[in-house]
Amino acid sequence: MAKNLFQKVWDAHAVRDLSNGQTQLLIGTHLIHEVTSPQAFGMLRDLGVKVKYPERTFATVDHIVPTDQREQPFSDPLADAMIKELAKNAEEFGITYFDLSTGKQGIVHVVGPEQGITQPGTTIACGDSHTATHGAFGAIAFGIGTTQVRDVLATQTIALGKLKVRRVNVEGSLRPGVYAKDVALHIITLLGAKGGIGYAYEYGGSLFDSFSMEERMTVCNMAIEGGARCGYVNPDQKTFDYLKGRPYAPSDNEWESAVDGWKSIASDPDCEYDDIVNIRAEDIAPTVTWGVSPDQGFSIEGKVPDPMEQTDENERLSIQEAIDYMKLESGQPIKGTKIDVAFLGSCTNGRLSDFREVAKYLKGHKVSPDVKAIAVPGSQIVDAMAKQEGLDKIFSDAGFEWRAAGCSMCLAMNPDKLIGEQLCASSSNRNFKGRQGSPTGRTILMSPVMVAAAAVCGEVSDAREIFQFDAG
Amino acid sequence: MSLEKIKKVSGRSVYVPGNDIDTDRIIPARFMKCVTFDGLGEYLFYDVRKDSEGNDKEHPLNEPRFFGASVLISNANFGCGSSREHAPQALYRYGFRAVIAESFAEIFFGNCCALGMPCVLATQESIKALTEIINAAPKTEVSIDVVNSEVCAGDLKFPVEIPVGAKEALTNGRWDPIAELQEAEDSIDDLVIQLGYLKKS
Ligand code: SF4
Repeated sequence: MAKNLFQKVWDAHAVRDLSNGQTQLLIGTHLIHEVTSPQAFGMLRDLGVKVKYPERTFATVDHIVPTDQREQPFSDPLADAMIKELAKNAEEFGITYFDLSTGKQGIVHVVGPEQGITQPGTTIACGDSHTATHGAFGAIAFGIGTTQVRDVLATQTIALGKLKVRRVNVEGSLRPGVYAKDVALHIITLLGAKGGIGYAYEYGGSLFDSFSMEERMTVCNMAIEGGARCGYVNPDQKTFDYLKGRPYAPSDNEWESAVDGWKSIASDPDCEYDDIVNIRAEDIAPTVTWGVSPDQGFSIEGKVPDPMEQTDENERLSIQEAIDYMKLESGQPIKGTKIDVAFLGSCTNGRLSDFREVAKYLKGHKVSPDVKAIAVPGSQIVDAMAKQEGLDKIFSDAGFEWRAAGCSMCLAMNPDKLIGEQLCASSSNRNFKGRQGSPTGRTILMSPVMVAAAAVCGEVSDAREIFQFDAG
Repeated sequence: MSLEKIKKVSGRSVYVPGNDIDTDRIIPARFMKCVTFDGLGEYLFYDVRKDSEGNDKEHPLNEPRFFGASVLISNANFGCGSSREHAPQALYRYGFRAVIAESFAEIFFGNCCALGMPCVLATQESIKALTEIINAAPKTEVSIDVVNSEVCAGDLKFPVEIPVGAKEALTNGRWDPIAELQEAEDSIDDLVIQLGYLKKS
């Protein structure tokens, strides 16, 4: 029977059915970081068991690690303790740990692909909801809770209910100034933050075929913001080319057979899906959020909605709450909203291609004097490559602070935080209340080039008007 | 390992209204700097409950009439966002033992189940009716019958949805899956090698 990739990978990794009707699923690759793993190791010790396959777990530090001052001990004693705890656990249980001294540290979802750990047809789990990023390689990648991190450490399996599969088909090509991030935001505003509950998203169509691996990662990364547990793109030649020669990719003599295997797990042409959504790439505009949920977004031409126009009471309350929190007014165009901070980075948009693309337009511009702008590479390798190309210089000349690798201002666990009611134009993935560190801080999500435009103008702007976009 | 069979949860309840209440709201990230989950209860809903000086703001959890509630009621897509288990842990350590909402984010739902804390789905109308009762009479005992998928509060009775996997796990005392997962040791060893994750040693 024809199957889609999700079904093939699921069936191959199913150990058995459990008594509660869930499946015991083998997790081929496990990634851990400093925030969600210490308690899991604690539980493991309480149970008195060892890590079953230490070779299949890889660790790095990203969430808490400071991106300015990198000397240890870090100024925050709690952060320092958590990072030491990870080092200790990795050492004790024999787990590969990409720490700051390796030159390979970074956001776990940047590091996995970069090292070639992320491979097609595998199952990947990490105690982090953006694990779906790895789906860009045709892996089934889940974010899991800490108890499940324990389960993977102890048994290399988790208990999981099978998901339905929705094919999200995007045909055509993007208009100039529209990016993968806009595709991700567009899909979420279209299908809703809850739209994907119970689903894995298979992203496909000619747009995804034409996308680079980085662009695919950006869209898969935000599957979770649309409620989907995981998202993936079928592997193709681009996937294989990306992986070839990476440290953990199959070696030369295993390469051919690995690629054959990877080709065979792609969705069969005549397979079925539980649902199909069709989107035209031309319909996607540079997209920004206006509210406090990633689906509260629209085109840069949008005007803040009026809650009174909503018939559903809960929806009306949500909109009102978002407008109040964001300190916006109904009917106000989002363009022109003053910003205080510009953040470039995160596992959504902190890869080399993101900085390259922004640098193209930022050259010769200056960040508005009222804006604090930071550019944070997703990994030490991204950092090093950007520096090699002189990108860091373009950013600092323009007035961005160029930082060291980490999650930085995507969330509030390190010194990079919003202060008070600051409004941040952010290339990250979440605009929840308080997400960027201040309980009243505000976030507007957008593509990296739009963040740069906002930084330069000091207000939310249409990058296509600010920078010279050639039609090609 | 024998776990409690969770067939019924009852207690007083509190309604925290809103759709898409995310885990950052349930437990702000800055309180996740900890190597154990102990003490997280204190920071539950911190930023919506406290002002910048740490004084109480208007929030259902700050209302004395709802103190001691062990059943949380909310709306759609509860627990969305980050996969942090710190969120269900904070709820649990604060004293909650069950959540009734229109829908739940999946990772959150699974995390709660693994703690033995049922999350049950009710319609918007049922939740409205329930919260009217609770707000009028906060002492009303709300009882969740996990076996029969039903919630009772005073004269009100309505059906709820509990996904079958979760129901089985809770009512049979298998909500923490670790013991069952460990049983399959040999099949796991075979599969890891068969799929090429490890070389045969
Ligand atoms: S960059 Fe943000 S979303 Fe990504 S792993 Fe770090 S904190 Fe999570």
